[in-house]
Amino acid sequence: MKGLFVILACWLVGNCLSIAINGYLSGNIIGMLLLFTLLCCGVVKGETVRGAAKFLLGTMALFFVPFGVGLIDSYGVIMENIWAIVVATLISTAGVIVAVGWVFQLLNRKGNG
Amino acid sequence: MVDTVIHSELFLLTLTVGIFLLSGFIFRKTKFMLLHPVLLTAVAVIIFLKTANIDYSHYKQSVALLDFALGMSVVALGYLMYEQVERLKKATMPVVGATLAGCIVGIGLVVGIALMFGMERDIITSIAPKSVTVPIAIAVSEPLGGHVAVTSVVVFCTGVLGSICGPKLLALVGVNDPMARGFALGAASHGIGTARAIELGAVEGAMSGLAMALTGFGTAVLLPIVEKYLY
Repeated sequence: MKGLFVILACWLVGNCLSIAINGYLSGNIIGMLLLFTLLCCGVVKGETVRGAAKFLLGTMALFFVPFGVGLIDSYGVIMENIWAIVVATLISTAGVIVAVGWVFQLLNRKGNG
Repeated sequence: MVDTVIHSELFLLTLTVGIFLLSGFIFRKTKFMLLHPVLLTAVAVIIFLKTANIDYSHYKQSVALLDFALGMSVVALGYLMYEQVERLKKATMPVVGATLAGCIVGIGLVVGIALMFGMERDIITSIAPKSVTVPIAIAVSEPLGGHVAVTSVVVFCTGVLGSICGPKLLALVGVNDPMARGFALGAASHGIGTARAIELGAVEGAMSGLAMALTGFGTAVLLPIVEKYLY
């Protein structure tokens, strides 16, 4: 219960800050950074949020389903540009995965060695 | 009677969760990558809505709880990062470098390819933030004149694609550092990639959550500038 409250409260404060900075960063992302900060400073104890957090993170994939179903509505616009969208998505997704993986691994090795 | 039940919030929500459980079961049994539970569930729900003649806005309203829970789980990623804080402290340089690489390569490739195909400006804007989490992607594309529906579908597909192919692709190009693997999944495939990374391990999950936050932030800052000056 307390964990749920902490998560909701972080989100709420995140939303307020998001409005204050004109929505440049969404409220839930600010809430995430806020929760991280509170935990690191010891204001909130790890075990307080563990239960709620583990449940939410374990079920996270389910929460994306409605966005996929949105295809019903955007079908027309997407079909008009289907090839460009498919090629751009495939190449850039693969590109980001490889680039980020390489850069991270390279710099991480250097830092440790 | 049946119609009232089928159109009710409770039914649509129960149906979605039920299909998701079944999809997870099918995925674990077959191990066939294209049967990713999120993808399978979305397709099954689409077929159901078409058959039952329910429109998307009604469905979206009925399962608003899932949208709300997504917001909460993004916040909960803060806990996952906290669990890995000791590792994070040692990896400041890789984190900064990889975030920059992810934002630049991500936006650059999409915009470049889209321009090559001669896409309309509004479509480019809709798909440019496709590697970041849905709430941020929409927050970025909408004010710039993108189609919100197109953005969310493309973001969704990118997430599914990355979480299906990501781990294999990383192994193929020789990335075996768990931190780098998690970070790459989160940077390319936001929350869906993070859900996959959590399955790979706690380190991967935390790095993925962090990557998702940082690339989201980076993209939100960079894209309006790119939009203004480059295309």
